[in-house]
Amino acid sequence: MTKATEVISPTSADEAASLFGDGSGVTVIAGGTIVVPDITYGRVAPGKALLLGGAGLDTLDAAGSTVTVGAGLPVQRLSELAEDVEALAECALNVADYEVRRQGTVGGNVCAGAAGDAPRGDLQGPFLALDATARSAGAGGERSEPLEEFLAHRKDRLLLDLTFEKPAASAFASLDYPHTHAYTVLAVTGVRAADGTVRLAATGLAGHGARLRAAEAAADADAAGAAAVGDVTLGDDALASAWYRERALPVLVRRVLAKLGEAA
Amino acid sequence: MNLTVNGIAREIESAPLTTLLDVLREELGVTSPKVGCEQGGCGSCTVLVDGEPQRACLTAVAAVEGAEVTTVEGIGTADSLSAVQQAFTHHYAAQCGFCTSGMMLAAEAYVQRGGTDDREAIQEALAGHVCRCTGYVKIIDAVAAVARGEEFDITVTAASPGMTNLGGVQ
Repeated sequence: MTKATEVISPTSADEAASLFGDGSGVTVIAGGTIVVPDITYGRVAPGKALLLGGAGLDTLDAAGSTVTVGAGLPVQRLSELAEDVEALAECALNVADYEVRRQGTVGGNVCAGAAGDAPRGDLQGPFLALDATARSAGAGGERSEPLEEFLAHRKDRLLLDLTFEKPAASAFASLDYPHTHAYTVLAVTGVRAADGTVRLAATGLAGHGARLRAAEAAADADAAGAAAVGDVTLGDDALASAWYRERALPVLVRRVLAKLGEAA
Repeated sequence: MNLTVNGIAREIESAPLTTLLDVLREELGVTSPKVGCEQGGCGSCTVLVDGEPQRACLTAVAAVEGAEVTTVEGIGTADSLSAVQQAFTHHYAAQCGFCTSGMMLAAEAYVQRGGTDDREAIQEALAGHVCRCTGYVKIIDAVAAVARGEEFDITVTAASPGMTNLGGVQ
């Protein structure tokens, strides 16, 4: 912490986007649950900090068949979608605890970088399975793209919101490691879209979350479980080894498909 | 920057990205929020920000400019303990005390938002608070009692200002 840090608090999404510019030299602080400890422990020393709390990005519009979730929405508030997108609400309530979920934002969770000792970005799974579109600001201005593409360069852009169609059914299954918080070792989300298409995604991987396309194309649940291992790159961390994750992933895929089947 | 802390308007001089925890303890001398893990996992620094529990260690003070901050000193006084403070005393819900202020504030907010005496719901509400004395049963007993509206007549002895009389159940 130095007193030379420039701290700016935009009061609208447009102002936030314009102050973010191309993102270079900007430390974004939304809920602060990840970046504030980084500052405290000296891992991040912001030259210019963008405080997003007052930027009006904490929106949630689920009135019609399309849902738009503002990047600044507290993770806890996804519980309001329990009826429309059960898996998203369940995944959200599986993150940390009440206070941290109230403070941490959807955007912060989705854009979180690797922590090294434990996976981050639990919400990437449900949003990938929902085939969400990410609207972001940054170099070249505002743009919308599939979340899957956005994730690859999420550190360079300011996420504004995520949009998706309400599914016919959704299911979530996770492997948790009991601790002060039940850390998510590995999680799978399944979505059956209104047109019957089934999409699967996983988090707790070596990189960010990923769609399980080979599993989606498999003939049955057993084949899907086996195929899912080929869809992802698994890693070792403080919670579990890649070896263990490789054995857990098919189980979670089968559980999600079973839950989706019951919801038929 | 300005904050209202336990009902008193305070002008803040710390740098804007200083944590609310450091501002309270180091600048204002309010030491009930404890410095535990400093990464949001232990709950001991929890304060109420505009009535909702929040980790002071995860909060840059600039992010709560103008807010009303309540620490455990602000929910009751020695002469008039809050219902949560009385129940914690009656149920012996404090051992070493390090987690107690955070626990009490989470409990206060839980009861304020209409929480019941359902033990699972209380556990969920207190899930972010670690008691390394492992005194969870009595903490949950205390919160359940408050949720049921039970009242306790706890007196604080003059000889121990600022301390509750653990044997003072009348």
